[in-house]
Amino acid sequence: MSGKETVSQAGESVAWRHHHVLDVDDFSTAEIELVMQTADAMKDVLSRPIRKVPALRGKTVFTVFYEASTRTRGSFEAAAKNLSADVVNITAQSSSVTKGESLIDTLNTLEAIGADIIVMRHPLSGAHYCAAPYVKANLLNAGDGWHAHPTQALLDLYTMRRHKMSVNGLKVAIVGDIKHSRVAHSNIWCLSKMGAKVTLCAPPTLLPAGMDDPQGRFPDVNVTTDINAALQDADVVMCLRLQKERMQSGLLPGLREFTSGYQLNKERLALAKPDAIVMHPGPVNEDVELAGDVLHGPRSMVNEQVANGVAVRMALLYLLSGSKEL
Amino acid sequence: MNDLIIKGGRVIDPSQNLDDITDVLISAGRVESIGGNMPSEAEVIDARGKVVCPGFIDLHCHLRQPGYEQKETIATGARAAARGGFTTVCCMPNTSPAMDNLAIVEYVKTIAEKEAVVRVLPVGCITRGRNGGELADMQEVAGAGVVGFSDDGSYVNDPRLMRRAMEYSLPTGLPIIQHCEDPSLSADGVMNDGIIATRLGLCGVPNAAEEVAVARDIILAELTGARLHIAHVSTAGSVELIRQAKKRGVKVTCEATPHHLTMTEERVLGYNTNAKVNPPLRTRNDVDALIEGLKDGTIDIIATDHAPHTLNDKLCEFGNAASGISGLETALGSLLALVHSGKLELSLLIAKLTAEPAKILGKPFGMLAVGAAADITIIDMDAEWVVYAGKFASMGKNTPLDGEKLKGMVIATIFGGKIVYQE
Repeated sequence: MSGKETVSQAGESVAWRHHHVLDVDDFSTAEIELVMQTADAMKDVLSRPIRKVPALRGKTVFTVFYEASTRTRGSFEAAAKNLSADVVNITAQSSSVTKGESLIDTLNTLEAIGADIIVMRHPLSGAHYCAAPYVKANLLNAGDGWHAHPTQALLDLYTMRRHKMSVNGLKVAIVGDIKHSRVAHSNIWCLSKMGAKVTLCAPPTLLPAGMDDPQGRFPDVNVTTDINAALQDADVVMCLRLQKERMQSGLLPGLREFTSGYQLNKERLALAKPDAIVMHPGPVNEDVELAGDVLHGPRSMVNEQVANGVAVRMALLYLLSGSKEL
Repeated sequence: MNDLIIKGGRVIDPSQNLDDITDVLISAGRVESIGGNMPSEAEVIDARGKVVCPGFIDLHCHLRQPGYEQKETIATGARAAARGGFTTVCCMPNTSPAMDNLAIVEYVKTIAEKEAVVRVLPVGCITRGRNGGELADMQEVAGAGVVGFSDDGSYVNDPRLMRRAMEYSLPTGLPIIQHCEDPSLSADGVMNDGIIATRLGLCGVPNAAEEVAVARDIILAELTGARLHIAHVSTAGSVELIRQAKKRGVKVTCEATPHHLTMTEERVLGYNTNAKVNPPLRTRNDVDALIEGLKDGTIDIIATDHAPHTLNDKLCEFGNAASGISGLETALGSLLALVHSGKLELSLLIAKLTAEPAKILGKPFGMLAVGAAADITIIDMDAEWVVYAGKFASMGKNTPLDGEKLKGMVIATIFGGKIVYQE
């Protein structure tokens, strides 16, 4: 691969300018394009018999997860190792967080140990934004509260592009617990920038406040509580995980009613376009938000999303590292 | 103490409808005369081109002592008050231990007497330990001179206990100062509910969390006949509820803060923890309703809710950050923007900081009458200055205004005839 420049649609060369990746809302379409092209190169690496390149040799990547995760953490670790980085995993329970150390102090400590790139997940929205000005290492957001999950949005976009001619004009329905979903939030930004038409669908208590904002502080999206309307002629249907605690906090009466009203099943999927694809960021509550036969059916992209996630995360680690070696 | 002449200023005292360019003579800590012949032997402050008004009264601030001296002390808070033009401040009882008994109230009074450069009047608790469980020693601390009762920071959530507190307060004649926030509606909220909260992925506090509480307490005040003062009103709906209650003759008064009168929730963008405050900054619609409420008398006074915190209390994740703004030293400068933009008359603004809070306290402060204590603030209306929190007298440098330019500043504060602050 020739350096880290790509040619945008306007013909100018686009350089990588992010020291941290906190969300996709400050990415230009050309920068998103650069990530996609870099991910293509990584996908190529992953198809080789030996899936390892020396790009990050001698670099140390720390994963810091203040919240449980298997797939995102595993995906980042695999991505970093495929690039020959050394990887150190920290969980909040085993760190000095429990001893009252502040987030900024913790991250500075990791830098002192030798972290070049810090991949962090945090349960509080904006945690990365508070820390970023004080961190010299590259900070990569692996999810913050309800706010953002940029690598998920980029891998979702990458997956859509492999199955659709163009994302521009695509009708994407996102169904489920939108309000508490950082995946939905980052996808709204990423997809809107690429020209997709996004429809959000959830029961009223799981829809975010103020989406009809006339001042345009959020991308334009359609919002509906009617799943049939949302699915009509959709090119992509993305289901979101329903947390069990939503019932306890009085947002929903129970699983049965949610399932009958908002589960993506075969009958409902028939409303979408014949070639519509089905996505889910995982982990799936099988037969809650997504019926088992759809999850395991031919239109499900769930496992491909996970596989693409490794390539997209390799691309971001590569771009952040400043490496020219592949 | 030498006599002091404040010469040639525009003297504004809303308590006596005074607005005149004249001299003020201070002798033995009291206002000796306004206008007329001035003695030749006296210290002179040249106030030409400046506004001379009664010292401001803040019915609501947090001085943190005892218990949180890393955030503020009575001495530093009082110096901050003087820099902000305040000569009387009422300190809230959410100290540690809480001001729910005579010993703590006496302690605060003693420290204030020794160390504060302005008058500090304590507020007592409504419930013991501010726990919302049982009544605090309200009558005993009333005897020691508290100016009202409040569990500020927490809402007295149990309606029956609130009814009893109101009834029990009746013989003292003092107001119950209520922090109106239904805790189950505000729950995990950290900013105003709406599109900005959605954008930032933060849990929102709906206006209704305040309004439900305001409505309940107005009804209980109506039932008991007690005096109710509603702290830091932040929503258009609360203003309307209070407006209607006043029309019915309920004994309710209320305050708005400088930050709720001048800032919106947009300040939080970028996860600015210095704009995290409770109640949260709201929308333009709410700000406009508060200003309207000030003008029609629904909102009686302006109080700062000065809430100093340490750097580390704010240098953290938004959700973990402490709520509150260090507000004493920027109150006037930020409020004068409302005057400069023509939204508020200067004399009305001064009344909301002087004569009106004096009425709620029932004390002879906040006036420039002959014979009254010489508590005086001198203002340069046109001086432009940049807020530099690092230079605050307050230990709390937590302000969303740091680095911003304000127009209008306090150039001198006189308390009991003594200059306690001069620019």
